[in-house]
Amino acid sequence: MMILSGDPPRSRVLSILLVVIIAALILTPVIFPGAKAMNVATKILIFAALVASYDLLLGYTGSVSFAHTMFYGIGSYAIAIALYSLGPTWTAVAAGLAIGLPLAALLALCIGLFSLRVEAIFFAMITLAVASAFLVLASQLSWLTGGEDGRSFQLPELLRPGTILIPKDWFGFAVNGRTLTYYIIFVACAAMILGLLRVVNSPFGRVLQAVRENRFRAEALGYRTVFHLTYANCIAALVAASAGALNALWLRYAGPDTSLSFAIMLDILLMVVIGGMGTMYGAIIGAAIFILAQNYLQALMSVASNAAADAGLPLLPGLLHPDRWLLWLGLLFIFSVYFFPSGIVGRLRAGVRPST
Amino acid sequence: MTDVAASDALPKPKRDLLPVLLPVMLALAMAPLIGSGSSWVTLTVASFAMGMMIFIMASGLTLVFGLMDVLNFGHGAFIAVGAYIATLVLLPLATWVQADSLMLNLAVLAPAALAAMAVSGALGLVVERVLIFPVYGQHLKQILMTTGGLIVAEQALYALWGPQIIPLPLPTSLRGSFILGDVAISKYRLLAMLVGLAVFFSIQLVLNRTKIGLLIRAGVENREMVEALGYRIRRLFLGVFMTGSALAGLGGIMWALYREQVHASMGNDLTVLVFIVVIIGGLGSIGGCFIGALLVAMVANYGGFLVPKLALVSNILLMVAILMWRPRGLYAVTSR
Repeated sequence: MMILSGDPPRSRVLSILLVVIIAALILTPVIFPGAKAMNVATKILIFAALVASYDLLLGYTGSVSFAHTMFYGIGSYAIAIALYSLGPTWTAVAAGLAIGLPLAALLALCIGLFSLRVEAIFFAMITLAVASAFLVLASQLSWLTGGEDGRSFQLPELLRPGTILIPKDWFGFAVNGRTLTYYIIFVACAAMILGLLRVVNSPFGRVLQAVRENRFRAEALGYRTVFHLTYANCIAALVAASAGALNALWLRYAGPDTSLSFAIMLDILLMVVIGGMGTMYGAIIGAAIFILAQNYLQALMSVASNAAADAGLPLLPGLLHPDRWLLWLGLLFIFSVYFFPSGIVGRLRAGVRPST
Repeated sequence: MTDVAASDALPKPKRDLLPVLLPVMLALAMAPLIGSGSSWVTLTVASFAMGMMIFIMASGLTLVFGLMDVLNFGHGAFIAVGAYIATLVLLPLATWVQADSLMLNLAVLAPAALAAMAVSGALGLVVERVLIFPVYGQHLKQILMTTGGLIVAEQALYALWGPQIIPLPLPTSLRGSFILGDVAISKYRLLAMLVGLAVFFSIQLVLNRTKIGLLIRAGVENREMVEALGYRIRRLFLGVFMTGSALAGLGGIMWALYREQVHASMGNDLTVLVFIVVIIGGLGSIGGCFIGALLVAMVANYGGFLVPKLALVSNILLMVAILMWRPRGLYAVTSR
């Protein structure tokens, strides 16, 4: 229980789900070494960490930030620009992290000090404005970021797919640089999620929840709420930037669409709400379900769209077109905010009586 | 402590004119930097016109927030819907739009604007009932619900009209510009200015000279008290919300004609601009919203002329500067 910081899943179904997801993620390179399955698994890992860090803000402090993709993007771009300009060395990776992470934390500090003094709504609007300015900046400063095309780069020798660490004839599956990258990402994301679990179950995390429930009262009890909120904002930004860096390492690319776009922000919001706000485990469940659906349900939508078109139905082919995936997500989002505000994890936990 | 007799006139509220001077001072300060007088006039007129359009879009948002503490992140959807509805009227009647007669042009623009306002107003009714009504008083859920609403609306527009950009040419008689000496003033900008000023003065008139306006202002200041006096503020709020949505639709068609194109992402893009204006002006204040819109447009136009690279972040810089000076915006109306 030490590793879970005294906050176990508290529901049998939830525990089983988590074990299945984590086991599947560990075994993916062995069972499904194909490119698509590996990409999906990596995305689940990275988004689980990213969503967990967002949950620290949304679920635990109750402040809506639209700038989370900005921090994610800062991490991605820092790695991409460093490896692009310094060449594929470990020094470049270290330089990218050494620049990107403090930059994200500093920016979060500024935004926090500036806008967390007042209402949640104010924070939401300011982060939206700053994030959109950053998106424009990233796509316009093409000498640095590569503009709309983004930056592709080479990885250090050890992490390249061509590097065979354990040949296939030893255990029946090959371990190459790609597999190693996958496990680095796995360990880093697991560490970040466990770290966040530690944060929310610490006295500091309790104060955050107190601020969420009643800020005035928390202040009256003597807690400097601005300090706590800003601190949480910085931690979330750091984790998001790290997740962004990992994502860049996996994709060997950073661009506005993969790391900064508003669509990603929406995905994160949806994963938090589906998984369950205010429960770190919700991040893992939400990310897994959402990304699996995103990758495999879109194919289903295109089948349905074609079927509707063949049947000559009006309007339906357009609505079911895979590009309109966000339409259904938006509807799902509204429904889940309204009917299941506590998400899947909240539902599962409410189902069991607290055993004493 | 001074005694005040009941018959004495009420003490006049202190007028705060500093924010009003801000756009004037900004315009004057920019004149020597820009150098040529004619470009300065053109830029100033351009920013005034742009500011008026932004103001039309933002005014509803600020009132809705001031009155009911509801922040509608989906406000941009009304803007986009207004623009799309306008294409429904303007594109089939393209011959009238192309005709070189001011009367014919206005005869097609007016119904287009009315249709845009009617549809976005009606949509406002639906949104208020379906999305906002269930989550009154819960900020977090309001933000999430209305954000979801924005996405659904944008995607529905894509599904119904397709992802391509729809060109929307200006009516013939509104193209080109008046030439006064060596100053060129675009005709459409003049129209935008007139419409914007008309909207501003009608809002001021309604707010300051009618009973409904009195109730709205009282509601902004203290909602519970108005309710306690027996007025159904929820119904009042619904009216304000629908008016705000209709104005956003009007702003949408004006912006679409200004850009001469319609695209579903315009709602999303303009949301950010509108938010900045509302924050600068002070949430809930119409006057602040007016000045904020002017400032944003001026910074965009002058900045774009002087330092084009700066235009990318100029809005944020402006917002930071204003909030350093007055943390609650130019005019802090609500105590919230």
